[in-house]
Amino acid sequence: MHRFANPAQFNRLADKILPWAIAITVITLVVGLYYALFASPEDYQQGSSVRMMYVHVPAAWMAMFVYGVLAVSGFVALVWKHPLALISGKAAAPIGAVFTLLALITGSLWGKPMWGTYWEWDGRMTSVLVLFFFYLGYMALWQGIEDEDKAGKATSILALVGVVNLPIIKFSVEWWNTLHQPASVMRLDGPTIHTDMLIPLLTLAVAYKAYFVVVFLWRMKLEINERKISALAQAANVKVHHYGG
Amino acid sequence: MSKGLKSRKKQRLIVLSTAVAALVGAVLLVLFALGGDSLSLFLQPSSVLEKKIQAGQRFRLGGLVQDGSFKKLEDGLTYKFVVTDCAADIPVQFKGLLPDLFREGQGVVTEGALDATGTFMADTVLAKHDENYTPKGTMPKNVEACEHPEKAAGY
Repeated sequence: MHRFANPAQFNRLADKILPWAIAITVITLVVGLYYALFASPEDYQQGSSVRMMYVHVPAAWMAMFVYGVLAVSGFVALVWKHPLALISGKAAAPIGAVFTLLALITGSLWGKPMWGTYWEWDGRMTSVLVLFFFYLGYMALWQGIEDEDKAGKATSILALVGVVNLPIIKFSVEWWNTLHQPASVMRLDGPTIHTDMLIPLLTLAVAYKAYFVVVFLWRMKLEINERKISALAQAANVKVHHYGG
Repeated sequence: MSKGLKSRKKQRLIVLSTAVAALVGAVLLVLFALGGDSLSLFLQPSSVLEKKIQAGQRFRLGGLVQDGSFKKLEDGLTYKFVVTDCAADIPVQFKGLLPDLFREGQGVVTEGALDATGTFMADTVLAKHDENYTPKGTMPKNVEACEHPEKAAGY
């Protein structure tokens, strides 16, 4: 029962957070998309193509943030063997993978008219593709190893190995000549993006993060309930077997 | 028993933190040891001249399109311009379609080879976007031009 004491507390906390997270997601998504797609100004060089940026940049931020969640989960799971840590990594991975794919696809669609190519093997694009493969590998390991304890260890180690990729993604555009542009928001000399464009961008960044919280909590609750069910089923089987014998 | 468990956790914490730090440090050191050029998408004019790259050898050349250097030849399909990193210039010739963002004073990545006269014969031209996002009629924050070599050096 001790193992479920914490998850039960977690479920109660999640139920308190969820309505707020859903409300924030809906409001910021509607407001952010309206400004991004209609009410924000055209870029002085890109014209309306700049609108792809509002969808692309928050997705890329989330791709890295969610990988951080995987890595912290893996670390906590390996050191403190906290059952919730394993569940949180497993719950976050597919969401992060989808954000990464979204960043890759939207970037590619923007690249064709602006750069003149869908894809170039530069430092930024290659390292983000590697991030996507880390997500896929992480999920494949969870699928492929039946023993939960072993799967938890293997996936946690993989998540920690992939941490090295995060600084490479962030600084690829500074260390090497790339086709991808350097950072516009998180830079030492302040943002090089006009306030009228920064506000819809940050609004959508909040929307993406709130959306992540919603799906992440749903998936964690689901995983906890599944584990409870299988634990109960196991206990029931043992009893049946016991009485039957 | 609980004390033993605590010290095992502490040990795992130390071992794992060290392992992750060592891995990150090792990989980043390897990347730095490889050097910028081998992992970069393109060479800038200064390093092309410094490396004395032979005519006919394919590589990517990148930099800013020099102001006032852009010309369209009489066939209407061939373009000439100069790529500069403010320290060195290389003339480029290209026949084909230019991307939307291509313009003088902006970044560009071209692929091709030098001919015997030192002109870079490009078969691909990609436009590079910079870090500026601003509405029409307003000034971009970081202007990349050769008056600001420290900015252009970032290319």
